[in-house]
Amino acid sequence: MSPKTLYDKIWDAHVAHEAEDGTCLLYIDRHLVHEVTSPQAFEGLRMAGRTVRAPDKTIAVPDHNVPTTPGRDDPKNMTEDSAIQVAALDTNAKEFGIHYYPVSDVRQGIVHIVGPEQGWTLPGMTVVCGDSHTATHGAFGALAHGIGTSEVEHVLATQTLIQKKSKNMKVEITGKLAPGVTAKDITLSVIGATGTAGGTGYVIEYCGDAIRDLSMEGRMTVCNMAIEGGARAGIIAPDEKTYEYCKGRPHAPKGAAWEAAVAWWKTLYTDEDAHFDKVVTLKGEDIAPVVTWGTSPEDVLPITASVPSADSFTGGKVGAAQRSLEYMDLTPGTPLTDIEIDTVFIGSCTNGRIEDLRAAAAILKGKKKKDGLRAMVVPGSGLVRAQAEEEGLAQIFIDAGFEWRLAGCSMCLAMNPDQLAPGERCAATSNRNFEGRQGRGGRTHLMSPAMAAAAAITGKLTDVREMM
Amino acid sequence: MQKFTKISGIAAPMPLVNIDTDMIIPKQFLKTIKRSGLGVNLFDEMRYDDDRNEIPDFVLNKPQYRDAQILVTGENFGCGSSREHAPWAIADFGITCVIAPSFADIFYSNCFKNGILPIALPQEQVDVLMNDAEKGSNARIEVDLEAQTITSSDGQVFTFEVDSFKKHCLMNGLDDIGLSLEKVAAIDGFEAKASAERPWV
Ligand code: SF4
Repeated sequence: MSPKTLYDKIWDAHVAHEAEDGTCLLYIDRHLVHEVTSPQAFEGLRMAGRTVRAPDKTIAVPDHNVPTTPGRDDPKNMTEDSAIQVAALDTNAKEFGIHYYPVSDVRQGIVHIVGPEQGWTLPGMTVVCGDSHTATHGAFGALAHGIGTSEVEHVLATQTLIQKKSKNMKVEITGKLAPGVTAKDITLSVIGATGTAGGTGYVIEYCGDAIRDLSMEGRMTVCNMAIEGGARAGIIAPDEKTYEYCKGRPHAPKGAAWEAAVAWWKTLYTDEDAHFDKVVTLKGEDIAPVVTWGTSPEDVLPITASVPSADSFTGGKVGAAQRSLEYMDLTPGTPLTDIEIDTVFIGSCTNGRIEDLRAAAAILKGKKKKDGLRAMVVPGSGLVRAQAEEEGLAQIFIDAGFEWRLAGCSMCLAMNPDQLAPGERCAATSNRNFEGRQGRGGRTHLMSPAMAAAAAITGKLTDVREMM
Repeated sequence: MQKFTKISGIAAPMPLVNIDTDMIIPKQFLKTIKRSGLGVNLFDEMRYDDDRNEIPDFVLNKPQYRDAQILVTGENFGCGSSREHAPWAIADFGITCVIAPSFADIFYSNCFKNGILPIALPQEQVDVLMNDAEKGSNARIEVDLEAQTITSSDGQVFTFEVDSFKKHCLMNGLDDIGLSLEKVAAIDGFEAKASAERPWV
């Protein structure tokens, strides 16, 4: 047998039908659903008189729209259209008999945090969700990617997806990370190196010692942003850390089933000599704490750098950089550490897990945020929130002057009331710095949780290494 | 689904790279539970000022492009979120073909489910069509899916690639759920085998 990549192996294990031209029906093991991209899909099912083929493999949770302030389980405390979307999910979950975590449930949270936390996401699975950051689940060695609403409907009705195989890309991070450098810096640096379209048409496998050294939380952060590099999915081979994380989760297998599962998971790695269509290698030692300066996630620079000028780019990027600089109101040549911010957002499916909160709290302990700055922590799930309270992290944030919120997507995409006002500038741990992403006219700088915490203290973009 | 076979129409030029789905349809319009009516909010933040007046400089607000059926744009069009609201808004506006050097994956496949033909061409060819598009209603670009050709206003012909299955569905306006359900026996068979091999799933 010819050597296979990890992606090849998972793909092969899920082809339910292959047509002559290579178009496949790929069987889907887990279908995650949230309130924004699903209503039209359920409506489509209803209109065609179809049902959900595998309700047992379908899991729904509202996250994008929900307020993160107390009293939110009362629809009166939501805007009318948000309440309608959340109510539609309530109804659809009930009517079609799928697993559901309503807003009132402590397990509610961002779909990509809830899935792994509840043991729905396991190695070797195919996982889809009507959300591009489904790539997150690739951290478990699952083939996971975002789909559109028509595809959501297709998966609901058939438990399969019409797919053609992507190409294989390897991103290797060798060596060790320097102190103060995190998974977020890896994933941003990769996008900085490859561009936002560098991964288009590929499934990326992340490997190398620096990836192996990451915790499961860190690996999720890396895979989460595979989509920002244009890839269909990001994936990391499972290992002992993966099994350890999964073990004992509510929906993970138990007993003999667990043993059988682990035995199969151990076959999930890229064979020696397997072919990759593209290879990118970065040295862990070369990665610095980074921030974004522009309005595309590829606009990445080490925190020690200065704002670039548009003419340092080529091709279509010159105009794009010009537009970014104007939108971000930045002058070329300004040191990044001179950029003042007025908002800090810690949260999202990129960095809303317990380890992220620990990293931010370690910097904030005994310190205060800068006066006049708005700072907010939004845990990725109700369970992350509870754990952070138990570990005393919540108190550190509160003492530092942060708002301690309930779980949800919040200011990552500002569909709920948490938004930037025009011209406001935010240090954010989320994944997109697009124009208007955090509120119309708002300006976003992406960075790690520790860097965001450092920025909260000084009120400027800050090199966290100076605070360690 | 709306069929796509052949169009001859005005093309709107948007020579920007990395146009993301937040630009195509900002999140405040994702709160709908319907698919229709999003055309007025296409490119909302570039198209209207704070008082909701049209910004006259924006291409789709110019009289010669109001009826554009084709969009010619820069690389990596549609990057960002998986929101199908993006192609819904594009189609609702009346655009059924987008031409760019490259597209983001999810956006690209979402187009085909909504009667929109996305065409990736080499940059030099996009540049020719961009020039053409700049001429406004004085230039019509012809797109023929059957023949897989684009003809510029001065008669240059470019050919393009498209997946045969996607082409078939688009030309016939087929609902692919219906097509997949015809293969239900294969799915049943796979499910039985997989649940024996991996019962924990
Ligand atoms: S946290 Fe942000 S990126 Fe993640 S699912 Fe929510 S909106 Fe999307």
